[in-house]
Amino acid sequence: MEIKKGIAVSPGIAIARAMVIDSKDYRIPRRSIMPSQRAQEIKRVRQAFAEAIRELDRIQSAKRIGESSIRDLFAVHMRFLRDKRFLKRITDYIDKELVTAEYAVSKILGEIAAHFEKVDDAYISERAADIYDIERRLLTHLLGKVTEEVKHLQEEVVIVAHDLSPTQTASFNKTFVKGFATERGGRTSHTAIIARSLGIPAVVALEGLMSCVTAQSLIIVDGNRGVVIIDPDEPTLEEYRTYAQQFIEFAQELDRFRDVPAVTRDGVPITLLGNVEFPDEAEVVLQKGGQGIGLYRTEFLYLYGGSEPTEEDHYEAYSQVVRVMAGRPVVIRTMDLGADKLPHPTRHPHEPNPVLGLRSIRYCLQNLPLFKTQLRAILRASTLGDVRLMFPLITTMQELRQAKMILRDVMEDLDEYAVPYNAQIPVGIMIETPSSALMAVLLAMESDFFSIGTNDLTQYTLAVDRANEFVSTMFSPAEPAVLHLIRNVVHDAAKAGIGLSVCGEMASDPEFVMLLLGMGIRELSMAPPLIPEIKKIVCSVTIEECNLLARKVATMDSQRQIKNLLRDAASRILPVEY
Amino acid sequence: MSEQVAETEVEIQNEEGLHLRPAVQFVDVANRYRSTITVSNGTMTADAKSVMEMTMLAATCGSRLKIRACGPDAADAIAALEELVAKNFALQPKPSQTQKEG
Repeated sequence: MEIKKGIAVSPGIAIARAMVIDSKDYRIPRRSIMPSQRAQEIKRVRQAFAEAIRELDRIQSAKRIGESSIRDLFAVHMRFLRDKRFLKRITDYIDKELVTAEYAVSKILGEIAAHFEKVDDAYISERAADIYDIERRLLTHLLGKVTEEVKHLQEEVVIVAHDLSPTQTASFNKTFVKGFATERGGRTSHTAIIARSLGIPAVVALEGLMSCVTAQSLIIVDGNRGVVIIDPDEPTLEEYRTYAQQFIEFAQELDRFRDVPAVTRDGVPITLLGNVEFPDEAEVVLQKGGQGIGLYRTEFLYLYGGSEPTEEDHYEAYSQVVRVMAGRPVVIRTMDLGADKLPHPTRHPHEPNPVLGLRSIRYCLQNLPLFKTQLRAILRASTLGDVRLMFPLITTMQELRQAKMILRDVMEDLDEYAVPYNAQIPVGIMIETPSSALMAVLLAMESDFFSIGTNDLTQYTLAVDRANEFVSTMFSPAEPAVLHLIRNVVHDAAKAGIGLSVCGEMASDPEFVMLLLGMGIRELSMAPPLIPEIKKIVCSVTIEECNLLARKVATMDSQRQIKNLLRDAASRILPVEY
Repeated sequence: MSEQVAETEVEIQNEEGLHLRPAVQFVDVANRYRSTITVSNGTMTADAKSVMEMTMLAATCGSRLKIRACGPDAADAIAALEELVAKNFALQPKPSQTQKEG
């Protein structure tokens, strides 16, 4: 049994077998196997060799390779793959060291490559590159299988990985994924967001996790305490089974709030909406009692699949969600990716500071065909229900005007072809930069609604990267500077009489709910599984006590003081679970 | 069948040393014989039938290699390998994609 401490990013308990995902970009971590798995791993190595040889045969017979240097290169690869001593060196290593096939391949080939690199002769040391090439070839066969397996999962698993890319999480068969455990990541990392929106327990930032997990390990993910237990002993397992049961009962109790209206004790209705990423999450929003979708992230369309999404890809994803929501509001946010995150097809030069670079609406405004495709699909879907359009990362008035001008262009195009759409579609913006929060009074004159993205607003206001461990403790939405900006936005939105919601993480943090209500926010959007919990809080407070709390907070000058006050207030009203 | 032992010492003279093609050629020739063949470069010894071990010898231009064969066709094997090295790997050994090694 091995216990690892990390950061809890999505609550719940999962107990299941490990499914280990390797990322090809990283060196393969050492992973141990049981003595009984030796034969299996050795067989996998032999199969990878056989497949690599077949692949080379195919390449050689498919192309009439004229160039002799390339033919020589393939010949060398082939000789290595047929070299019994080479194969034996790898299988011996598995036999002696009890490690996985992947690790043995990467270890032995790494050793051979290092041997060549040491030789003081250009011809010989260049050989290291050939060895890495052979390594990649073998690993593709070993790892390719695993990637395929994840798509076709047939039993419940906990996903264990160094880190997960959005493309990887998008390809999982979510019915069978019961939990996530990763070596990297933080509260706002992609894994965390996905896990929360799916209601799957997750723990991230687990140092050295990969080295103590085998493919057969039983894993407990405790997303409440931020603990992962590998191969638990019987008493621990029993304890956790009981705990998991209690947690389910607690969740069921919360689910009873589903049909209760979200109204404070003094009768003020609060709108609770869901943030969704994938179309199938719309159902979860309804199941959890959400009144609509406050944030429909559309990035998955760009990250999943090999090419840029077509208008039909967009339309299908949007219409599915809009139909499920049956007349309830659906706020669709346009593409919010950095140029560096786009997988295709434009080769983008490296940016030294991507967070301040070409991303989100800025990228869209420079890539009009991509932007217009998305806008056309959103407009077409607008006839199916209450669809609203939201631009992310608006920093200046000019940006907003430009985006709206392009929207008008697209509308004219649709008019030309007599394609129906809602010409009165509400158009709003995310407030997530200090600039937009400061200029909210102007932006409000040309927007139909605001949505405050508290994660980015906090990051840009405090100039702190939350994923950077050296400064992450400075990241807090309770900083007076951040709260000051939010107050400003609330004031300006109210004066202009436009809609306002909070869709950042703050909206679903039990400790912040009272403060946000006290500051005048009446609409909160969050990961769907958290809606019942937040509704329970809303139903247990009065706006009067929230206002009092907000006034007290406004007089404080440090986030620590504010946090303590909020925690005190929350613990007086909320059950002990928090 | 008589067990022979044969030995020789050669100097690698082609500029590239036992690089890519030369190493493959060397291993291909060695594999035509039933004898066990080892090659030593200084303190390091390799199986002449393993392309991995032969390339790891890191025999550069000017390296002196000790070749030792042990088996029924040891003398022939040594002669063939000596010739290959002496001709600076200019031999065109039969296209040997299908040849089995090890």
